[in-house]
Amino acid sequence: MNNICVYCEIEDGKVADVSLELISKSVKLAKELGCSVEAAVLGGNLKGIEDQITPSGADIIYKAEDKKLEPYTTIPHAAVFEHIIREHNPQIVLVGATSVGRDLAPRIASSLKCGLTADCTDLVIGDYTDQKTGKEYKNLLYQIRPAFGGNIIATIVNPETRPQMATVREGVMKKEPAEKSHKSETVKIDASKILNSIGTAVKIIERHIEPRKINLGGAQIIVAGGFGVGSKEGFVLLHELAKVVGGEVGASRAAVDAGFAEHARQVGQTGVTVRPKLYIACGISGAIQHRAGMDGSAQIISINTDPEAPINSIADVAITGDLLSVIPKMIKHYKEQSK
Amino acid sequence: MAFRIIVLAKQVPDTRNIKEDAMKSDGTVNRAALPAIYNPEDLNALEQALQIKEKIKDSEVIIVTMGPARAADIIRESMYRNADKGYLITDRRFAGADTLATSYVISKAVEKIGDYDLIISGRQAIDGDTAQVGPQTAEKLNIPQITYAEEILSVEKGKITVKRRLERGVEVVESTLPALVTVHGSAAPCRPKNARLLMKYKHAKTPSELQTIDDDYTNQSVRNKPYLNIEELSLDDLSCEECKIGLAGSPTKVKKIDNVILQAKDSRVLKDSEVEIKNLITELITNHTLG
Repeated sequence: MNNICVYCEIEDGKVADVSLELISKSVKLAKELGCSVEAAVLGGNLKGIEDQITPSGADIIYKAEDKKLEPYTTIPHAAVFEHIIREHNPQIVLVGATSVGRDLAPRIASSLKCGLTADCTDLVIGDYTDQKTGKEYKNLLYQIRPAFGGNIIATIVNPETRPQMATVREGVMKKEPAEKSHKSETVKIDASKILNSIGTAVKIIERHIEPRKINLGGAQIIVAGGFGVGSKEGFVLLHELAKVVGGEVGASRAAVDAGFAEHARQVGQTGVTVRPKLYIACGISGAIQHRAGMDGSAQIISINTDPEAPINSIADVAITGDLLSVIPKMIKHYKEQSK
Repeated sequence: MAFRIIVLAKQVPDTRNIKEDAMKSDGTVNRAALPAIYNPEDLNALEQALQIKEKIKDSEVIIVTMGPARAADIIRESMYRNADKGYLITDRRFAGADTLATSYVISKAVEKIGDYDLIISGRQAIDGDTAQVGPQTAEKLNIPQITYAEEILSVEKGKITVKRRLERGVEVVESTLPALVTVHGSAAPCRPKNARLLMKYKHAKTPSELQTIDDDYTNQSVRNKPYLNIEELSLDDLSCEECKIGLAGSPTKVKKIDNVILQAKDSRVLKDSEVEIKNLITELITNHTLG
């Protein structure tokens, strides 16, 4: 049976959250398909890496250890991961939509001549009938994503080609531990032969990777701003509210594109998906790509001058007003009452 | 040294201004119904190319774009900013292509143009946000890719040094040439159109556009000036296998398109008043949402 294979990204010796989230999702998909879950992990020093991967529910771990695989560069990782895919023929390949995954996945999809869907917000197993030929396909991967400015949700399938490839952003899928007794089997991949045959076209000269400062995924309260905040200075007010209530500041894509906030704060399909206890949306109109990243919040408060803003329709509380006037009131009353 | 830079640029529907007639019944996009713009990150890419052109003597910037007839605008827009020439890949048989089929055709066009040192494109286009066509084109051409470039630090024959913008930092990489570089939106913005170049190139036309012009004078004067000719590439000009192009050559199929319908929650509407906000905060503290 052809399995589901997840590319495990390594950050400072740790498996990236998005990879573990994808393994958790794969466990569910594999149950429907009656297949196993494979994890491919490539790096320079992978001692004991299984201990991080197995608890998420992977059945088989393909481990390729070679100095040339760290830090990540495109062609070596693509060559080794492609080798693993060609050897084991998974029916589905999932990759985190990180700067690594979005560099790697298209290179491999092109080489394998298979379909690839970026930034999926849901993955579902289902059937498909080709309308032209009438041919029926069982148990395909539905790759679901907003498209075209968020005005539509598209369901994409790859009927003929394998593997079916998709990338998914961090936080979209939930990380769920498998049963404690779950065990995995490790298969070592000899990467040296492949790596020796490809040469090194790209060399890394310098690397400055900062530890994560902004942790939107783990925040219980998020104060998020949109284009309606109006300026970088306007975001200072949001930071103040976030600090007072112990939350983190998020932003819509429009606010990030306008330079009001850094990209690491972006919530939505092409940013981070969050599920906080409370999401305060300030001056955010609420395009579907944004809502896709936050509509799992337990409670949503919207502050908007436009009472018809789409975000209001999913808000528990919609405050009609200017955030420059509303937020200071919230800060004042919170400070008074929380003493 | 001669140095040839190919810039891949795309005309995209302005997804910020979408109306209902934007989708066709087969789930593909009705581009004709939307205002068309130069894909923003492709402008960043063009700027990087133009900066190299200014540094390296005897270098040229060639624009390659794929799309319907009106995508020739992208080439003119580039010429107004100092690009040298352009190719429009256009053929109805290419329609409906996903990123795999698109990158296949682009790679064939690039091979036909030939002798290139560097290919530069935007990281992604705003109509799909996939960021796939760049890496897929690089793979098809069997050359290295450098994605998310923020700045091209140096270029010499056979070697390029690039600063990449990653999620949590930067990386400086060196690559052999030819290579394909995709440029991130954080790179330098593109220069404005130059008035002199605008006057020089405003009559630049594709052969198809020339056919529609009745004015013999314009027609003749464009034909007589080679630099005003935008070349068109159709399926017949490129050595493409037909099974790899268009809808048929696309492994991804759109199963269905759902319009976004808002499921309205029963939301409470508050006014911006001291009392209502005070009560809201009290409620949030009482139910332990805050504090």
